[in-house]
Amino acid sequence: MTAGTQTEVAAVRGTSSRRRPGFLGHIGVRVVIVLIAVTWTLPTVGLLISSFRSNADIRASGWWDAILHPLESTWTLTNYDSVLRADGLATAFVNSLVVTIPAVVIPITMAAFAAYAFAWMRFPGRTLLFALVVGLLVVPLQMSLVPVLRLYTGVDLNGTFLGVWLAHTGFGLPLAIFLLYNYISQLPGELFESAAIDGASHFQIFRRLVLPLSVPALASFAIFQFLWVWNDLLVALVYLGTDSAVATLPARLNELVGTKGESWHLLTAAAFVTMVVPLIVFLGLQRYFVRGLTTGSVKG
Amino acid sequence: MIATHAATVVRSDLPGRALRLAAILVAVVLVAVGLDLIRDPLGPDRLFAAVYGLLGQDATAAAILERGLHPLQAKLTVMAIALVIGVGGVWLLYTGLDGAVDLLPGGWRERIRPYVFLGPAMAMLTVFLVIPVIVTILASLTEDGGAVANWGAVLTSPEMWLAFRNNVIWLVLGTGGSVAIGLLVATLVDRVKREALAKTFIFLPLAISMVGASVIWKFVYAWAPEGEQQIGILNEVWTWFGNEPVPWLQIPPLNTVALIVIMVWLQTGFAMVVLSAALKGVPNEVIEAARMDGAGESTVFFRIVIPMIQGTLIAVATTIAIAILKVFDIVYVTTGGRFETEVVANRMFQEMFVFRNFGQASAIAVILFIAVVPIMIVNIRNLRRQGIGS
Repeated sequence: MTAGTQTEVAAVRGTSSRRRPGFLGHIGVRVVIVLIAVTWTLPTVGLLISSFRSNADIRASGWWDAILHPLESTWTLTNYDSVLRADGLATAFVNSLVVTIPAVVIPITMAAFAAYAFAWMRFPGRTLLFALVVGLLVVPLQMSLVPVLRLYTGVDLNGTFLGVWLAHTGFGLPLAIFLLYNYISQLPGELFESAAIDGASHFQIFRRLVLPLSVPALASFAIFQFLWVWNDLLVALVYLGTDSAVATLPARLNELVGTKGESWHLLTAAAFVTMVVPLIVFLGLQRYFVRGLTTGSVKG
Repeated sequence: MIATHAATVVRSDLPGRALRLAAILVAVVLVAVGLDLIRDPLGPDRLFAAVYGLLGQDATAAAILERGLHPLQAKLTVMAIALVIGVGGVWLLYTGLDGAVDLLPGGWRERIRPYVFLGPAMAMLTVFLVIPVIVTILASLTEDGGAVANWGAVLTSPEMWLAFRNNVIWLVLGTGGSVAIGLLVATLVDRVKREALAKTFIFLPLAISMVGASVIWKFVYAWAPEGEQQIGILNEVWTWFGNEPVPWLQIPPLNTVALIVIMVWLQTGFAMVVLSAALKGVPNEVIEAARMDGAGESTVFFRIVIPMIQGTLIAVATTIAIAILKVFDIVYVTTGGRFETEVVANRMFQEMFVFRNFGQASAIAVILFIAVVPIMIVNIRNLRRQGIGS
């Protein structure tokens, strides 16, 4: 974590690249980078291309064949049509949205208040409670699965959206508090002191000064939590289940792998449906995400 | 003291007090009604019927109660209510409680206020993490025939030993692979300009779920008997060199390596980005000075650069190792633990959901927990050394 903070400072300071090797070495370096980048991208490209090919084509030739002979191949959207309707991915998509949005917004709200208290209020037990938060950062969520499942059975929360929101809020809070604390504690204290002299209460300082100034940190945690919740399988399986009325996209895709394991025209389209929103969010907000990563990321 | 002064100002302001009391009441009522509506499967129907009833459209209200809302409308309503009570309600709760604190006698206000700010978050942490940790440890010692039965079964069963062995392979190859490739790319990229695009491509899998990645790679590993058309690119390339096609996911221990590749593919971007930032922090002067003294490229890298980014390297490796320790989705989706690919977290899921052995499942969870305790202690110790925020 310390290292993370240093690296961020370093990243800001960092300037030019070090082009030490000669011309040939330079080309060699480029070739290696491009090779790795291509290797990293090919699997996804294969998936994407196959999702637009007919079942017969997928079985008859490799997806690379469709790139080499794009005009002789048949391109189709029927795979998407059938996974969205017949296989219920449209419903799962809505379920994923319903699960994710509150599960991102609620922990941010709670964590921001807590982070402010840790950073700018003095009270007995502060160090101890913050140490607890840091300790909880790495606790495997497997430790909570059974007890929370039983709790939910007792209060009738199994299979409800409310149950999943609360679970994701609980599991996401340590990282949220930690990241926001790192940021909020670095804000200029003089600003808050002069506001306090003008008669502002903690609550007013928090709402009028701290929140607006913390937007970058709030955004970077929001992306973390969004990706984590949207992509989560375990929590969704345990607390929501596989009933198609509530199942999320990863749970539904997992079902399809089990029931239609060889129908690649459907699996590829379905996988892409689950990936499209995180890819857009990620590409659009990459800068905030990188900043979040370099300030420390240890998630339980 | 200054804040106390501000609070006195607020306290003498009677309408403000009334407003805050009202806020508390509104918050409590709103949260209670909202929770009730969310918990009830017919909650959205009731809400819409009530709204139409208030508007005088009794016929529409009756129709909704009779036929029910469209599922999409019902779900979005539930989400909207959740956002209103989750954000609005929580916000009002803070406002209300903060106002209530102002009503306390002077000395108490600033003593209680921090706990109002911390309260909701700490309550959630207690319910979802602190108590469960204690309960799970106790469950592993007392349930399903007690400590001897649970821990005995977990520590002696052949499946568990297979899972332990595989988790160690995962930790070594997965962490090592991600960090090594991440460091390689970060180092290379540090030497050329306009590297952003290549970095983005390597970084991108970080946005993809493990389930999605499993499907992507199952397709890469797809296998057809010899002589038939290969549709998996790996076997296409493999047979192109004159080899027989290989069912990569069915032959142990090769299949475990094939699954680890998926994790490396997902995590390398993370290692690359963080290490890249660390490399940029190594001062140019230090490297130039070493070269001036006649140090070769590899000496500069291993003797100067690596030690300077050591802290970040350890942090990155630890983060990836923790993620790998709990790896579940990839194995669950691709092989389900068959063909000797079992891992600890999948074993726990099976004990919990398939066999309903909660005692054994708890013991397995405790093993994962014990594995991270050293990391936990180091983190807390670092924290103490720095002192928090003071």
